[in-house]
Amino acid sequence: MNKVYSSFSEAVADIPDSATLMIDGFAGPGGTSQNLIRALRDQGARDLTIISNTAGLASVIGFGTIPGQKPIDIGILVDNGQVAKVIASFPVSPSPSRPTSFEKAYQRGEIELELVPQGTLAERIRAGGAGIPAFFTPTGIGTFVTDGKEVRVFEGKEYVLESALKADYALIRGHKADTMGNLSFRGTSMNFNGVMVTAATVSIVEVDKIVNVGEIDSYRIDTPGLYVNRIVEV
Amino acid sequence: MVAERLPREVIAMRVAQELQDGDVVNLGIGIPSLCSQFVPEGRTIFYHSESGVLNYGPMAEEGEEDQDLINASGQFLAPMHGMSFFDSGSAFAMIRGGHIDVTVLGALQVSRKGDLANWMIPSRGIGNVGGAMDLAVGAKKVIVSMEHIDREGNPKIVEECNFPLTCPACVDMIVTDIAVISVQREGLILKETAPGWSVEDVQAETDAKLIIAPDVGNISL
Repeated sequence: MNKVYSSFSEAVADIPDSATLMIDGFAGPGGTSQNLIRALRDQGARDLTIISNTAGLASVIGFGTIPGQKPIDIGILVDNGQVAKVIASFPVSPSPSRPTSFEKAYQRGEIELELVPQGTLAERIRAGGAGIPAFFTPTGIGTFVTDGKEVRVFEGKEYVLESALKADYALIRGHKADTMGNLSFRGTSMNFNGVMVTAATVSIVEVDKIVNVGEIDSYRIDTPGLYVNRIVEV
Repeated sequence: MVAERLPREVIAMRVAQELQDGDVVNLGIGIPSLCSQFVPEGRTIFYHSESGVLNYGPMAEEGEEDQDLINASGQFLAPMHGMSFFDSGSAFAMIRGGHIDVTVLGALQVSRKGDLANWMIPSRGIGNVGGAMDLAVGAKKVIVSMEHIDREGNPKIVEECNFPLTCPACVDMIVTDIAVISVQREGLILKETAPGWSVEDVQAETDAKLIIAPDVGNISL
């Protein structure tokens, strides 16, 4: 068993056309697997479905970006014509004058969108990793979210049935990994990475540093290695 | 000519008065994100952000920004003792689970019944739901802070929302640049007006019929 890959291109080499991927930071470059995204752009797989909180915000409005830096996000996959569908909660730029690549492609009719409330997105992914096929949530009652879905009353209050999300691959950004794949995250970079890593058949993680087993304190491991298939050091 | 509208910072100051000692508070993007600067002294507020952090404090100084330390508005946070971090599943479990005392959100429209519309301008054809639907349904108290009318001069406090809803009947209080309004079962109660604004002035900029509180007074800070 070897989880350590020596290059980003090797780590994403087998991603086929029409794959479903989970990729995220919250929206900014912290927690976004920028190197794996770039490698996937170069690899060229097409007709991808991407599950993500945003659809590429940092590159257009500098969300969460340290001044002077040029972040990479899934916008480069959209620009390269690789994305068929996005499942996201925050897909467009808050600034209409600086639209995301996704929004431009969507307006041209080239890309599909499933818009999901952020907490429902997180819970659908969590459920996907936890063997829960569907769950009832109060979020979205009285809105477009319930269209075509079952609504049921529990204790006098309405809830909508939402289904789990799984992916073929997750492209994750962690802080440290040991060679067994145990992960630690840093600050708010855990966000969607922490749930996505559990819900993909193959989770590929880029980290600041790969260390020997034992060098991450066992009491400080955020994600046990069983969720992690491949690790690459930045 | 009616009096001046309150600046964004003053709206935020008025909202901040509503935050009580020990409250867990989630602030939305825009005017809401300014509130943390104006909390009355002696009150400890625990700020939650759906970026996966609880108990953040001031923003980071210039040159000290850390991309792994942001709130949901993308602002850089200063590291602080007692901060904790968690994944998005937990961040929203806290919200839906009833663990957030107050959320302050922006809005495009609020209706007489307290319906909230804040995620899409129909003419754009696409919008961002983000965490607003979860916050509106999950927080114990929902305060909307916004300008009273939009840039074209249309009232944002309306009889019925014609923009797509974020959440029906969820708003408890509205603080604008000219008024403070409490949302009650019987309707919208006008509690305070900005200095120089009469109740008639406020009603003239409001589509929904306001009920005037018997003790209506000026917004004071």
